[in-house]
Amino acid sequence: MSKTPTSTLLSVRNLTMRFGGLTAIDDLSLEVPAGRITGIIGPNGAGKTTLFNCLTGFYKPTTGTLRLAHPSHGEMRLEALPSHRVARDAQVVRTFQNIRLFPKMTVLENLIVAQHNVLQRASKFSIAGLFSLPGYRQAEKNAIERAAMWLERLKLTHLADHAAGDLPYGIQRRIEIARALCVDPVLLCLDEPAAGLNPRESAELNELLLYLCGELGIAILLIEHDMSVVMNVSDHIGVISYGRKIAEGTPEQVKNDPQVIKAYLGEDEEEGEAAA
Amino acid sequence: MSAVVFARHAMTPAERLRDAGWVAFVGLILGIPLVGLTTVDVGGRLGVETRFGLLVAAVAAVFAGRLLLRWSIDQARNRKLARDQASTATAADRAHGAQKVVTVLGWVALGASIALPIFYSDNRYVVDTATTVLIYVMLGWGLNVVVGLAGLLDLGYVAFYAVGAYSYALLSTQFGWSFWEALPVSGALAATFGILLGYPILRLRGDYLAIVTLGFGEIIRIILVNWTEFSGGPNGISSIPRPSFFGLEFTRSAPEGSQTFAGFFGLDFSPMHRLIFLYYLILVLALLTHAFVSRLRKLPVGRAWEALREDEIACKAMGMNTTNIKLSAFAIGAMLGGFAGVFFAARQGFISPESFVFTESAIILAIVVLGGMGSQMGVVLAATLLVLIPEFGRNFAEYRMLLFGLAMVLIMVWKPGGLLAHREPTLRLNPLGKAASNKEAA
Repeated sequence: MSKTPTSTLLSVRNLTMRFGGLTAIDDLSLEVPAGRITGIIGPNGAGKTTLFNCLTGFYKPTTGTLRLAHPSHGEMRLEALPSHRVARDAQVVRTFQNIRLFPKMTVLENLIVAQHNVLQRASKFSIAGLFSLPGYRQAEKNAIERAAMWLERLKLTHLADHAAGDLPYGIQRRIEIARALCVDPVLLCLDEPAAGLNPRESAELNELLLYLCGELGIAILLIEHDMSVVMNVSDHIGVISYGRKIAEGTPEQVKNDPQVIKAYLGEDEEEGEAAA
Repeated sequence: MSAVVFARHAMTPAERLRDAGWVAFVGLILGIPLVGLTTVDVGGRLGVETRFGLLVAAVAAVFAGRLLLRWSIDQARNRKLARDQASTATAADRAHGAQKVVTVLGWVALGASIALPIFYSDNRYVVDTATTVLIYVMLGWGLNVVVGLAGLLDLGYVAFYAVGAYSYALLSTQFGWSFWEALPVSGALAATFGILLGYPILRLRGDYLAIVTLGFGEIIRIILVNWTEFSGGPNGISSIPRPSFFGLEFTRSAPEGSQTFAGFFGLDFSPMHRLIFLYYLILVLALLTHAFVSRLRKLPVGRAWEALREDEIACKAMGMNTTNIKLSAFAIGAMLGGFAGVFFAARQGFISPESFVFTESAIILAIVVLGGMGSQMGVVLAATLLVLIPEFGRNFAEYRMLLFGLAMVLIMVWKPGGLLAHREPTLRLNPLGKAASNKEAA
């Protein structure tokens, strides 16, 4: 899997996030290349989701910078943006570890809501929308077409008019990804997209991620515990433990890194005693 | 005892009798002081008299009522079980059928409400009550935007109703504005108040939001009570001009240079003309509100409100500015409440802070919740019930509020999601007929 090197899309520098006395992320630096899949792994409580929350504006980092080299807007500082602008202007879009769909709305509506900003602009303070002017009608039609396209790609078309909350877990995961794609992301942050999926669904997820990255050039930042996903699709993996980056490299390098093995399996008992 | 009273399984007749016996026993214990004993005036002194006949009747009624209640619960449960087993139709199909029925009922209700004053043209009571129902329908539709769609629990909605009513009252009595001139201005003013309320509470949700909105409602009312020079204090504002029919007044005799409604159309003067006009006026206002809100619901802003109700964090992650979404919900809900307030002031001709107490907010909220959050037709149904039940209850004098409360409890037990809880999607990828035929093919 040798790919030509690409430019850096996101560079995380010396990121620290403290909650009172607890340091969730400690001086973390990380580079996310454009058009690649970057995996983030680490034991539970390592600070992976906190990293996402900092990235997407839900938390304001205590210190550190998050620079995004946006392909059309130039350099953007994510730490200075409120969460809705991170998604709208910087086009860094995330999914959630515990799925956050709009459960009573249909799958299609979920995907249309994701295109809110485009449609809201076309509806001209709802006035063009109220009178159903041609400009708005066209925008709505485009939005539905776009949603239908993603539904088709993610094999969800037959479920379009079902309430999202009534569908099985694995499908809800896919809907959440489809919804994030409707926001037109430059960087897609997926928080444990394979959690709760069966092996067949995980394999499908792998395929999807490779397609998004390979064909569409969307950079993906992936938090995942399912090694069959992370190791197979990631170009590059960063390992976090207790808020610090303990290793980084290709899947092969990370797999054999003693630090990583230690973080996951704990220290060997005899060695531990010897150290003490 | 509790095992029997709260049994989840269907009961045998013997069990039902025993259960009713226990409940009647509790009724008896409570009934001895409440019903069995009464105080009487014996020559200036207070004496106690017993009413055991009444007590026996009450306990018997409790016994029979409990028996009937348990029996009907079991019946309903059996029917539901049978239906669930028998039906092969999916939930979606059933919901679709229900939606059709609701649509038909909606048109019937519209026809009935247009025809009502024709059949009751000389019955002041009916027209008046129907007007009250429509005011509550309009208020319910307004609050539905805030609570039903955007999911922001607002316990102070009556404040916007008051702002609308007082704006019209002051603009018309102080500056001589007509109803139609004051209507948009008062609506805009109420919307401004909506935004004023919205700003400080943007970060709040749920219970906390409810408390602050409750406080806001009280602040407005207390200002109206105490700022006498501005609002007339507890005396309120009287002789508010009534709306005219395109310049034709509903009076017996017109001032110099103008005509009365009756005179213009060559009718005999009747005070009913004005009432019927007011009825049609609120009907038109309510229908406009309905059209407006239904259309908004299908626009990006309406879908954003619903998304906000469903998950605020996901909204932010989708790049939606939740501040604007919340403020727009508050502003539009407040504006509709303001319109209803203008009409209320014009209809009553007199307003005072007493019309804008917390109970009003609670009733409007009850209409939205009982109707089924976000359901437009549900609001109509609930508003009709909640206005009519106390009216029918007039025969029961002081027990009418008890009846009112009981009806509300029963509705919530019977339909926990509200009377019409079904949510119709704002758009579909496959039109319904097509979806059904696809399913058959598959």
